[in-house]
Amino acid sequence: MVKIPYYPGCAVQTTARNYSISGIAVAKKLGIELVELPKWNCCGVFPSLATDDLMRHLAPIRNLIHVQEMNENGIVQNENRVITFCSMCYHTLKEANLFLKDAEKMEKINTFLEREKEFVGGVKEGYKGGVEALDFLEVLRDIVGYDRITKEVKKPLKGLKVAPYYGCLVLRPREIGIDDPENPTILEDILEALGAEVIDNPNRTQCCGSYHTVDRKDIVAKLTYDNLVYPIRNGAEVIVTCCPLCTFNLDHRQKEARKLRRDLQEIPVMYYTQLMAIAFGLDKQFWGVDLGLHYVDPKPLLKAKNLY
Amino acid sequence: MDLVEKVKSISGEDVLSCYQCGLCSGSCPVRFAMDLSPTQVIRLVQVGNIEKILESNTFWICSTCFACHARCPREINITRIMEALRQIRLRRDQDKISVNKIPKEELKILPPIALVSNFRKTTA
Repeated sequence: MVKIPYYPGCAVQTTARNYSISGIAVAKKLGIELVELPKWNCCGVFPSLATDDLMRHLAPIRNLIHVQEMNENGIVQNENRVITFCSMCYHTLKEANLFLKDAEKMEKINTFLEREKEFVGGVKEGYKGGVEALDFLEVLRDIVGYDRITKEVKKPLKGLKVAPYYGCLVLRPREIGIDDPENPTILEDILEALGAEVIDNPNRTQCCGSYHTVDRKDIVAKLTYDNLVYPIRNGAEVIVTCCPLCTFNLDHRQKEARKLRRDLQEIPVMYYTQLMAIAFGLDKQFWGVDLGLHYVDPKPLLKAKNLY
Repeated sequence: MDLVEKVKSISGEDVLSCYQCGLCSGSCPVRFAMDLSPTQVIRLVQVGNIEKILESNTFWICSTCFACHARCPREINITRIMEALRQIRLRRDQDKISVNKIPKEELKILPPIALVSNFRKTTA
């Protein structure tokens, strides 16, 4: 069992518990123990893109420092990687490191953290650099490998028509993305390894409407309609996602999307880790389908396919 | 510092290298809700008419998906330019959204990442 630091973030502890519950169990099955950071704070979701906005990079940097501390405290040995499930956390943590490539900014941040100690405490030591943020999808491709995934499959998802949906933040910009920004294949490869039938989704890298879901539901409703109607026309029975915000918009905003265009059929939205837990034959408690978090219940489909 | 210089310095992007091909506007998933297209915004920055942009809703509608940046043949990070415009507006006057106007039923179901990222982009 390899022990790797794990940063949960707020979403997978609340609205996306089904993501982390299934993901942690799947990782364990594949020989990876996700060790939660003993101390963590908000990732700082959506890094500031302004060159002069140093304050807004502090949140992710504090989390990277906590990974550093785990090594110093002997919780992990020489392990500078940190795994996340949430695309937004991954994006923000990775961006922080890119931002700190500028030595002057690194020094400014560490000077601030040093001064902060005198007044309010905070982190013991500044950031030394070199902590690498990994999205769990990357871990599956690069550390575990698709062959190993296939080996663990007890119940192949035969005949389940699945359309992948990536969203933006795990793919773009290129220097942060884990795969091709416009033609990614990780989700497809994983779904094939599970024995599912992959359905082409032309909108799989299009924006879900993101944070506009708070105050511009009209924008999100239109995007949700567009992002679902094409895979449905191609025969998809379920949409598979990797980001808690995309999932919320694709799943819960179907209500608003249907008000806009009544021809939209209901379709369940699930995390890839949930399908992995099902295919691996893990106990139902690790599937995360009974937590009341899905707007469109995936259970009728799973029952129809003899998977539930 | 004049506004064009401000956009350049906050975004770190070279707006003059844009040759107005329009690929950013064609790639933008939320163009339908914008009054000025991303291409028009870049042109207005080039000619120094920032005030006109600041009256538009374009940079508020941008959802930071980086689709324009991924396709730009001049490799301009237009998303960063939109961020610079948001910042100029936020630093000049009030927040874009009022948090107390979000309905309670919505607060119960919205993922925390939706709220935090929204506040990060629309409040100073």
